[in-house]
Amino acid sequence: MAETSGNGKVIRVEVLRYRPEQDEEPFLQGYDVPFTDDMSVLQGLQYIKDWLDGTLSFRWSCRMAICGSCGMMIDGEPRLACKTFLRDFPAGTVRVEALAHFPIERDLVIRMDDFLAKLERIKPYIIPKEERTLAQGEYLQTPAQLDVYEQFSSCINCLLCYAACPQYGLNPDFVGPGIMALLHRYNADSRDGAAVERMEIAGSEAGVFNCTAVGYCSEVCPKHVDPANAVNQNKTRAAGDYFLRLVRPKGGAK
Amino acid sequence: MNTPDPRRPYVRPMAGWWRRNPFFVEYMVHEATAFFVAAYALVLLVGLLRLAQGEVAWNGWQEALRSPWSVAFHGVLLAAMCYHSWTWFRIMPKTMPPLAVRGKRVAPGVITACGVAAAVVCSLVALVLAWGATR
Amino acid sequence: MKPINRRSNAPVFWGLFGAGGMLAALFGPVLVFITGIAVPLVLILPADAMSWPRMQAFAQHWAGKGLLFVVVALFMWHAMHRILHSLHDLGVHAGTALKFACYGLALLVTMTAAWILVAVGF
Repeated sequence: MAETSGNGKVIRVEVLRYRPEQDEEPFLQGYDVPFTDDMSVLQGLQYIKDWLDGTLSFRWSCRMAICGSCGMMIDGEPRLACKTFLRDFPAGTVRVEALAHFPIERDLVIRMDDFLAKLERIKPYIIPKEERTLAQGEYLQTPAQLDVYEQFSSCINCLLCYAACPQYGLNPDFVGPGIMALLHRYNADSRDGAAVERMEIAGSEAGVFNCTAVGYCSEVCPKHVDPANAVNQNKTRAAGDYFLRLVRPKGGAK
Repeated sequence: MNTPDPRRPYVRPMAGWWRRNPFFVEYMVHEATAFFVAAYALVLLVGLLRLAQGEVAWNGWQEALRSPWSVAFHGVLLAAMCYHSWTWFRIMPKTMPPLAVRGKRVAPGVITACGVAAAVVCSLVALVLAWGATR
Repeated sequence: MKPINRRSNAPVFWGLFGAGGMLAALFGPVLVFITGIAVPLVLILPADAMSWPRMQAFAQHWAGKGLLFVVVALFMWHAMHRILHSLHDLGVHAGTALKFACYGLALLVTMTAAWILVAVGF
């Protein structure tokens, strides 16, 4: 790549480094990266790793905004490095940091254990309302029933919405926007029957009421999911459950 | 967080987070309208108290409301209330279940516009009622 | 027990916050305009629009009473809930004491308003 980038353009990439075995705290390290207009920030990082500094760590896989691995703070905004282009920083410098609100494992790699534990808890798969045998055929759904949850199924777990959510940063117990989008994706699915169980998480002290409707999560989502909407629709639903439980004490044993 | 974890994950501080992004600054500004809403509730509470204390007390309160300071303060309150109203309806599409009219999803901008229109209608109705009752 | 296993009591306060926020969004500007600007400056409305006999009669009527109570109480619950969260945003984390202070103030204003409206008579 070094040989092919021959149009003379160079960008200064400031990377937040953190090597836990030797650094007390993270620091910015600058690299001069020659680039062409078709190069993404991810390709810039790959150039650094291949030609300038092999010790730099970052996650990536698909290079085309579907795997959700390369989320990072680019000039302070949560972005996918593969979907952000070096040509869009005309000042000639760009700052790249690990996703905000997550512990830094190393350089641009964050620790997502917390997210994965929460993801497991919401049972992110369809738990059929009624089991059907193969002979009974498929679970049918109308376009209108699909429309209710379809956008939420586009989530790629890239965690940009978490880096956009100050409430998650302030209180990591909060289940957060992405988990709520996925929770809603299954709860709103006409074939699913586990909503009551998932609503216990939505209505818990770690649930939707930690959200203060900042709304930035939905702005940064690279897949046009609206996690803020998932969170806030479930505020109404959780509040409904809360008060209905008082009216019908039988169902409210939990 | 100084966990005994040998991997030494680094947790960055949150102090000053809202200054890091213009989106967050705007959020803090619209959250701050709450101080003005509270101030207005307290102004009304004082008015109620003055009302219960009799005519002299009430007229004194009305006199106070006529001072330039009070009018200027209410000008600020009005601006804050309007900003609250605008930001309230701006976020409304994100807080509602999807709304469909004749099978088509209503666009977020339309929902916000309807909210603002409702506030304008409410304002006019309140003004007409007050005018009708006092003329 | 972890927060994720505990049912939140927030719906009560969130409901009051939402109701007050909607009321303030719809009627806040016009109310401020009427009581704080139009009447003091005699714009649109006559100079005696908020005269004592008229306002007393308003506060003694059940509808007027209800209106005044709802506006004062809900505006306060809306504001205090939001202020509590803003303090959390600024790093003052909402411990039990802070919650009691914020919601307690809203409750105090609510009770005072109710007491005054009863004292005004029917």
